[in-house]
Amino acid sequence: MKLFDYQRADTPEQAAASAVAPGTRFIAGGTNLLDLMKLQVETPERLVDVSRLELAKIETREDGGVTIGAMVPNSDLAADPHVIRNYPVLSRALLAGATGQLRNKATTGGNLLQRTRCYYFYDVATPCNKREPGSGCSAIGGVNRILAILGTSDQCIATHPSDMAVAMRALDATIVTVKADGDRRRIPMAEFHRLPGDRPHIDTILEQGELITHVELPSPPPGGRHAYRKVRDRASYAFALVSVAAVIEVEDGRIAKAALAFGGLAHKPWRDPEVEHILIGQTPGKALFEAAADALVRDARGFGHNDFKIPLARRTLIATLQDLTGGR
Amino acid sequence: MRFTINGRLHEVEPDIRTSLLDLCREHLGLTGPKKGCDHGQCGACTILVNGRRVNSCLSLAVMHQEDEIVTIEGLGEPGSLHPMQQAFLHHDGYQCGYCTPGQICSAVGMLDEIAKGWPSHASTDLEQVSLDDAEISERMSGNLCRCAAYPNIVDAIREVAGADARTGSDVGA
Repeated sequence: MKLFDYQRADTPEQAAASAVAPGTRFIAGGTNLLDLMKLQVETPERLVDVSRLELAKIETREDGGVTIGAMVPNSDLAADPHVIRNYPVLSRALLAGATGQLRNKATTGGNLLQRTRCYYFYDVATPCNKREPGSGCSAIGGVNRILAILGTSDQCIATHPSDMAVAMRALDATIVTVKADGDRRRIPMAEFHRLPGDRPHIDTILEQGELITHVELPSPPPGGRHAYRKVRDRASYAFALVSVAAVIEVEDGRIAKAALAFGGLAHKPWRDPEVEHILIGQTPGKALFEAAADALVRDARGFGHNDFKIPLARRTLIATLQDLTGGR
Repeated sequence: MRFTINGRLHEVEPDIRTSLLDLCREHLGLTGPKKGCDHGQCGACTILVNGRRVNSCLSLAVMHQEDEIVTIEGLGEPGSLHPMQQAFLHHDGYQCGYCTPGQICSAVGMLDEIAKGWPSHASTDLEQVSLDDAEISERMSGNLCRCAAYPNIVDAIREVAGADARTGSDVGA
């Protein structure tokens, strides 16, 4: 591990101001950052410790929504009674990720900022545009079983590894931040993570020094049916090959609302308005679900080892919709 | 830096990069926590920080100076074993023993999570947690045992939990 300076922040504003210099990183749970620092994939010159900031509360707002502090551990968020009752898709997604030990340390803000698990990103002996801009992509034409089929570029086919973020995308979460100059901003989850394009080394739209302070969930839709379905190579402690976070409302035998977000498919939690548009107003059934699944993968492209994800994503969506609606 | 480990205060000045695992093993002579993968994948380094199980290899020591840290040495010693240590002995929950300190710390932390009503991926009902073998396997999936002593590890944990609900399902952590 490269040597770094360490300092602890007392307030979010102070943390943001002291992280404005390039090469500075925030550290909270550290479960991803320290892993990457040991491999020298990440080589920060300075760490600003934000783990003791007063941002570890889960608060219910008057509108029925929830405000989650960025330092709330994944374990606590998954087990929160209000979250379990009103946002079970979020609890399920969190519990499908990592292990008990990791969830105890990993934070809400840090989970959103996880780096990809692409093998080549981790292997400093190989070219990787995300790790070293301009060096090339080893995954295209290489071993790419776990990598993306949607929203890829000719420079990067990495996936975002989070389960939690997929549920937050389906729930239309808002990310609240404080910038180095003290300004605050609210970022819709849809805009928070980027597609790789020609700058795959940038994962999110956050600026240098910008600190996530909270995640807000809008008030839960009454009567929504929630599911998080994760397909992976082993039954526990594995990243998603394909996952679906689904919140569906059925009224009078028709789908009134559908929020569907996908993990394991792209550089960001994937959501396609066309898929939801096909479903809304219709009577649940196999043919309808197949039409939605066709729309999901219409622009999908496999890279060899990950070709299987195209039919797998289709089938995972269809099975999830059947489970939630009973439509056959 | 000052650390409270197993109820004792320690003052040491390790390199800023030192993990909690290396602090224990290399600076304080607490060699119970084991270095398996050093990347949070195997769980051999599991310790309890403020009562919660964590991977000590993925924790910077400097960030944990205010915390109450407990390693396997702090759970119990020969002559006064923790019930979980006793149960691992009784059920032969190991072969080579390398993963055992992490398994035991993890199991102690895990049963505390059950007591708090925390659900898991294996829970059918998120609001009604019960402990069966599928739950134990899921909740212990962060601790690998390359000798594959899993059936006896599950037996030991079930005994301590007082759970007698044997599901008969395969016990693959």
